Amino acid sequence: MYEFEFARPASVAEAVKALSEEDAQALGGGQTLIPTLKQRLAMPSTLVSLSGIDEMKGIHSEGGQLVIGGAMTHADVAEGAEAYPALAALAGQIGDPAVRNRGTLGGSIANNDPAACYPAAVLGSGATIVTSAREIAADDYFQGMFTTALEEGEIVTAVKFPQPEVANYQKFLQPASRFALVGVFVARFADGVRVAVTGASEEGVFRWGAAEAALATDFSADAISGLTVEADGMIGDIHGTKAYRAHLVGVMTKRAVAAAS
Amino acid sequence: MPKDIDAKESGIGAASKRREDIRFLSGTGNYTDDINVNGQAYVHFLRSDVAHGRITSLDTAAAAGMPGVLRVFTGADFEAVGGLPCGWQVTDRFGEVMQEPAHPVLAQGKVRHVGDPIAAVVAATAEQARDAAEAIELDIEDLPAVVDMKAALAEDAPKVHDDLTSNLCYDWGFVEENKEAVAKAFDEAAHVTTLELVNNRLVANPMEPRVAVGDFNRATGESTLYTTSQNPHVIRLLMGAFVLGIPEHKLRVVAPDVGGGFGSKIFHYAEEAFCTFAAKALNRAVKWTSSRSEAFMSDAHGRDHVTKIELALDADNNFTALRTDTHANMGAYLSTFAPSVPTWLHGTLMAGNYKTPLIYVNVKAVFTNTVPVDAYRGAGRPEATYQLERVIDKAARELNVDPIALRRQNFITEFPYATPVAVEYDTGDYVATMDKLEEIADIKGFDGRRTESEKAGKLRGLGVNCYIEACGIAPSNLVGQLGARAGLYESATVRVNATGGIVVMTGSHSHGQGHETSFPQVISEMIGIPEDMVEIEHGDTANTPMGMGTYGSRSLAVGGSAMVKATEKIINKAKKIAAHLMEASDADVELKDGQFSIAGTDKSVAWGDVTLAAYVPHNYPLEEIEPGLEETAFYDPANFTYPAGAYACEVEVDPDTGKVTIERFAAADDFGNVVNPMIVDGQVHGGLGQGIGQALLEGCVYDEDGQLLSASFMDYAMPRADDVPFYQVDHSCQTPCTHNPLGVKGCGEAGAIGSPPAVVNAVVDALRSAGKDVTHIDMPLTPARVWAAMQS
Ligand SMILES: Cc1cc2nc3c(=O)[nH]c(=O)nc-3n(C[C@H](O)[C@H](O)[C@H](O)COP(=O)(O)OP(=O)(O)OC[C@H]3O[C@@H](n4cnc5c(N)ncnc54)[C@H](O)[C@@H]3O)c2cc1C
Repeated sequence: MYEFEFARPASVAEAVKALSEEDAQALGGGQTLIPTLKQRLAMPSTLVSLSGIDEMKGIHSEGGQLVIGGAMTHADVAEGAEAYPALAALAGQIGDPAVRNRGTLGGSIANNDPAACYPAAVLGSGATIVTSAREIAADDYFQGMFTTALEEGEIVTAVKFPQPEVANYQKFLQPASRFALVGVFVARFADGVRVAVTGASEEGVFRWGAAEAALATDFSADAISGLTVEADGMIGDIHGTKAYRAHLVGVMTKRAVAAAS
Repeated sequence: MPKDIDAKESGIGAASKRREDIRFLSGTGNYTDDINVNGQAYVHFLRSDVAHGRITSLDTAAAAGMPGVLRVFTGADFEAVGGLPCGWQVTDRFGEVMQEPAHPVLAQGKVRHVGDPIAAVVAATAEQARDAAEAIELDIEDLPAVVDMKAALAEDAPKVHDDLTSNLCYDWGFVEENKEAVAKAFDEAAHVTTLELVNNRLVANPMEPRVAVGDFNRATGESTLYTTSQNPHVIRLLMGAFVLGIPEHKLRVVAPDVGGGFGSKIFHYAEEAFCTFAAKALNRAVKWTSSRSEAFMSDAHGRDHVTKIELALDADNNFTALRTDTHANMGAYLSTFAPSVPTWLHGTLMAGNYKTPLIYVNVKAVFTNTVPVDAYRGAGRPEATYQLERVIDKAARELNVDPIALRRQNFITEFPYATPVAVEYDTGDYVATMDKLEEIADIKGFDGRRTESEKAGKLRGLGVNCYIEACGIAPSNLVGQLGARAGLYESATVRVNATGGIVVMTGSHSHGQGHETSFPQVISEMIGIPEDMVEIEHGDTANTPMGMGTYGSRSLAVGGSAMVKATEKIINKAKKIAAHLMEASDADVELKDGQFSIAGTDKSVAWGDVTLAAYVPHNYPLEEIEPGLEETAFYDPANFTYPAGAYACEVEVDPDTGKVTIERFAAADDFGNVVNPMIVDGQVHGGLGQGIGQALLEGCVYDEDGQLLSASFMDYAMPRADDVPFYQVDHSCQTPCTHNPLGVKGCGEAGAIGSPPAVVNAVVDALRSAGKDVTHIDMPLTPARVWAAMQS
């Protein structure tokens, strides 16, 4: 690592101020950022830890939505989000216990790794991302691999999840990293179905519109049997070709629907 | 030797608990990185990030001025020093010796693989060294890289080494004289099965990365190297004599606790030579601790063979001939034992468990712009086993015969058996291990289990194979003829203390095998004293006799035999002392349960009385024997040992995703006599885990520019606990080795050798059960590859 200063503010306002310094960077659970620093691929002047900010913690229901603090760890969510079992189950499948005890919801969706799990749940639930400055709809938030609507120094303080009637996340593991080679989050609401796919696309997490339409009229695995996504635009690497990932999108979606019904 | 192994509480055959685990599991081990020498400095290596290039400028002035920096070294500092030596010279099929390029400690003019060290910064702290390394100004003119072996042999291919005539290290034929006869047998065959396959490149990834601490004592002129090594004496000889020119009496090499090696810590590496050299140059200890990222691009890799194998059969399905054509990747330089792996450790095993009368093996070893490749758990023998057992399976399917029956029909059944590939198996019983396998794997129940899997929408497959390996390397005069530049004996000094306790200083070394537990079991059995009266010391050239170290499942078979010989000398001398004390003839003295007695009398003296007399020789035959009780023995084996066995794997394949899960795995091994069945189980489990890792998960991948794509655990898949099943292992079939005193054969590599073909055979079987015309899938059998195979 290169040398850096360390700040641990107690409020979002102080954190925003600290982040306004040149080259200051937020530190969530450090599960992505610390390895990056160790490899000397980043050189922040100050790390602003978000772990001491009480207003970014907690899980509570509000107007029919489940509000989860941006500093909540994956383990917190796996244990505390009983009200949204599909989300709790997703959090419980991220990484290993050490990663889950430190990595945070805010950090995960700020990073927006194309193979990360949370983006699928956030987009698939049609959640709202609450930041230090504003509220952003999930459909506007994810903008491609490692790219989001966040501005410099903007902090994800919470995410508000609408609660679907039924939902499920199916993750097919990349054998080495055990991130999602393909992960599909399916959620059925009274007014429609959302299908969000992670791991597969060069554009990062995306909604599979054709499947959503088919499932809206018939929420069954059979309803999407004939549907496929284009291999073009999928990720192709040493763990799977584009065609394989496109195929897995179909398989995992069907499994998610079957498990959710 | 006792076969009723569970009944014993101590000595040979007892499942004694591993005493070293107390320190390993409680965080009190003493690994190389735990060693810190007063005032030590730290080195950081600047490594090439391109696969092939010419260094056009290298300016270290800015780096040298950075805080804490003691000195920046480059290739120029090593011009007067030797390169890293290769310990084995192969002679090709035309009688020419192999092409042997120079292997500088730091790059001289050219870089030849990603990770090739170019410069080294020594500074007061590791961070300062790393900061300064970033300030080195380096220009490299990129040259086209050669990665694919066949492309590397093309006429116009870029040369990895400009001073060699081509990228071909050697073209080896074995047995060259048989070539015509083999061709004729193929012409006359009733059936020929052909298979092309890849034995995937692996990264050893021991849990402990490599570490080296060089130290120098100005007052005595002595250098010391602490290093993560499987064979400190070999490192002392290679580095002292060939690289740095330090005689043995001025060079001490210490390998303390070693956290796994799997072969990768046999070899002499540049970083070891560097730290020793720099410590002397700076008069200050210099430490290097590899990061995991560095390990991926600087530890020798394993395997990486591309093979075409052909099996000829007569009309009755007897194997009549075997022919192989292999390209073996050497990487950019010749690592210490690299040339021996695809030749003498591979070609000599091609007969397997079968009486194929004619065999011809051709191996072309090739230089490429990749990390050097050398021995990795099994070394050559897994490559041989994989080809042979895959082609037999394919032949069985082509001929529509039961793969187990086809194997049984061709088994060698009489011993000793001289193979057509120059080795003589002393003992074995392949029918017995196959019988045992069928029992423990419940082969009969497979059809029922397949039906159950099919009901659940899964494809189930069964894969069976045999293996044979040559362990206990090796008769020195034989390997000398084959090109080894070292002897391969082993040594032990048995030091008995005055009050009867024993310290054994062995030339073997343990990097996880449990020698501190199993070696004392042997001595306990021989003398009849408790195991805890015996301690094992290893790893320090200052207090152990010259030995060749641990690899090739040789420690008990060769190192243990040296210890037995030394202990026999101890017992002979102790009997003379006991005879004196009992006023009897030493020919009449018997030793049992730690008591010396005279048959037919009630005279006896205890072990401790005799050892005390040896060191307090008041009543002692000083005119006949010397006081003291300490003996050294060297043991050079008469032959290799030949462990063998039969393995069965059952898999389920998810037809929707191609994901393979291993449902059952059974291993029936013949290791000869077994000293500690629990340690043997553990060795087999570990080997199976690595073999399953190779078959399903692990693959080291370069892109066409020579960039390492699988450069971390994010992309290189190591097996985890939930990737492997509960194993059924059995080693009750025991045909003792005929030529070593313990009758032991070695068990360290078997699991890794025998398991990959079982897994692949099982997956192919599963796919065929669903009507897929799949004959082969290259390892690792990732979901993506299996799915792709199902689509075709
Ligand atoms: C071994 C391993 C396995 C893993 N497996 C998985 C997996 O299976 N699935 C998966 O989804 N992920 C996985 N991860 C990633 C893990 O979930 C990380 O926790 C996550 O990606 C980042 O969260 P963090 O809190 O650790 O963020 P950090 O590493 O601290 O930060 C990541 C980035 O986000 C920024 N940041 C952090 N918090 C905020 C915030 N509240 N607001 C704005 N910006 C912020 C940081 O500045 C940084 O740029 C794995 C990680 C490891 C090490």
